[in-house]
Amino acid sequence: MIQYLVRRILAAIPVLFGILIVTFVLARVIPGDPCKAILGEKATPAVCERFIREKGLDKPIPEQLFIYMGEVLRGDFGNSIRLSLPVTRLLAERLPTTVELSFVSLLISMVVGIPLGIISAVKHNSWIDVGAMVWANIGVSMPVFWLGLMLMYVFSLQLKGTPFWLPPSGRISPGTPDDPFYTVWGWVLPESGMLTGILAFIARLNILNALLSANWKLLSDSIKHLILPSLALSTIPMALIARMSRSAMLDVLGQDYIRTARAKGLKQNVVIMKHAFRNSLLPIVTVIGLSLGSLLGGAVLTETIFGLSGVGRTLYEAITARDYGIVQAFTVVIAFFFVALNLLVDVSYAYLDPRIHLD
Amino acid sequence: MTNSKTKDTPLGAEGLSLKSVSLWQITRRRLFRRRSSVVGMIMLGFLVFIALTAQWLAPYSYNEVLIGKEKVKGRQAPCIHLLGCPADQPQHFAGIDGNVRDQYSRLLYGARLSLMVGFSTVTFAIIIGTVLGALAGYFGGWIDNVIMRIMDVLLAFPSLLLAIAIVTVLGPGLINALLAIGIVSIPAYARVMRAAVLSIREMDFVSATRALGGSNMQILFKRILPNALTPLIVQGTLGIASAILDAAALSFLGLGAQPPTPEWGSMLGAERNQVFTAPHLVFYPGLAIMITVLSFNLIGDGLRDALDPRLAHTS
Repeated sequence: MIQYLVRRILAAIPVLFGILIVTFVLARVIPGDPCKAILGEKATPAVCERFIREKGLDKPIPEQLFIYMGEVLRGDFGNSIRLSLPVTRLLAERLPTTVELSFVSLLISMVVGIPLGIISAVKHNSWIDVGAMVWANIGVSMPVFWLGLMLMYVFSLQLKGTPFWLPPSGRISPGTPDDPFYTVWGWVLPESGMLTGILAFIARLNILNALLSANWKLLSDSIKHLILPSLALSTIPMALIARMSRSAMLDVLGQDYIRTARAKGLKQNVVIMKHAFRNSLLPIVTVIGLSLGSLLGGAVLTETIFGLSGVGRTLYEAITARDYGIVQAFTVVIAFFFVALNLLVDVSYAYLDPRIHLD
Repeated sequence: MTNSKTKDTPLGAEGLSLKSVSLWQITRRRLFRRRSSVVGMIMLGFLVFIALTAQWLAPYSYNEVLIGKEKVKGRQAPCIHLLGCPADQPQHFAGIDGNVRDQYSRLLYGARLSLMVGFSTVTFAIIIGTVLGALAGYFGGWIDNVIMRIMDVLLAFPSLLLAIAIVTVLGPGLINALLAIGIVSIPAYARVMRAAVLSIREMDFVSATRALGGSNMQILFKRILPNALTPLIVQGTLGIASAILDAAALSFLGLGAQPPTPEWGSMLGAERNQVFTAPHLVFYPGLAIMITVLSFNLIGDGLRDALDPRLAHTS
């Protein structure tokens, strides 16, 4: 198991380097003068010359790549020119929004998608099956941004005044108390430092923070704000997971050992959950891994629509404002995340199927 | 394949006429037997018809501003005579957009762009992906390693994000967006092709060609490629669906088609802040995208099942 893990992690290293090279190249081949792109059109030649020397842009390209990699590995992404903030700090501020949104969306898509697929497979060709699959086909074909806007129209405008009204944007309503849990607990922390940073990061995950500090007002408010974006974002993964669960279950349910299990007189529930579902988990986990990509890409769209300042929206704004420092850093971080999550999926294979770690 | 042949023809008839049934005939028959793929094909046929005849179907040109020509206001709700809109008002099935143009006409013209986007990006990605995958699978060794590691890196980015990053570099615009989506989808085809080549490479008929003195290129393109086509076709059909979705997303963000191009994603993006006051401007373009993507998904699924020999006895 450990050997398998180590091998998987080692195999991911070239990919991580590849990601760094791709983002480096993307930033270098941007047409036009890098100085004018970053400092603006009015930069004088003298200022530009200093800027290029300071940023090391006059050095040979391989050396620049080397310096860039060193910086990234130290967690230093430079400053955002537009917001004049260290990119790392910006990332620490914006990442919790995206983490919360994607996590909740993935949870919804699994909690709904997997049972739906199982029921469809067990009741093969019934109206539940047909209905679920029609719905799943429509679900994978829906543009995330359209669904988001339509949900917003229905729940924030049409249902205004009813208990079903949901807020169209933001993470919490203004005025809702959102003190970090460590202040509520009365901890005294140093101004900066690793621990403070990590705790502040956790405190920005609103739901977790509300639970930790027993702040029920914050909890209900942040859940209300999260419903629409996470519904929009979870639809495609949910449909993918439901379809894959169904076909994996159908595959397994046709096997001989299922008939044997039934012949032994096992209860339907035991046959389905213990014999069939356990063995159809591999393809389900695979499709969960695959849908992480659409989840992270969809986060850009969902956050833009619902006015959430997460990683995706910041990235989009940085692109339109040509703030390349942010674009580069955020793309690297999201890609690293993606690789790490896929690694997790790979590792879970070994856990789910004991035969795998032998090869 | 023989399996389903015996199933489709009665036993007696089989002995009398030895008409060969090609893979494509079987596929077509299975495809038409599936209700969902028939629905998909009807929808696609409908869209192709609209795309081809948009200039005759559309009551207005896609960029015709109606100020001074008709008594309509910007972002006016749809007016359909059959649904009770007064007959003295001009009919606009999908309302008027923010620039006082007939949205219905723009939607019809948009079908052209969407289909063009889907086919062109996937064609681009299939050609490059197939060549790369075939080279990697056939020659193996360091060629395989280099090509597939590059593909791994491309796959390490969420596809929409990588496309966004590429468009940032190339500059916004429909062609650049198409190029970005094309590049992003190359790895999928390269992988499919490599896997197919790896399995076919060792077959006897390939060895036979080699023994007869066939060159590498001859073996690769005349023997292996035709036999590796089926997974590519399935992947390509489903790929068109996701290419259309991604292109619409890029245009929605303002990175793809630029106004006044009647692209559904950019039409939706331009009016997204008006969703509360003029929902029809958001609803119809999105619906159009969904129908188009759905049609390719349904056909792709049907093709996958129809071409899958494992399913021969269950269908």
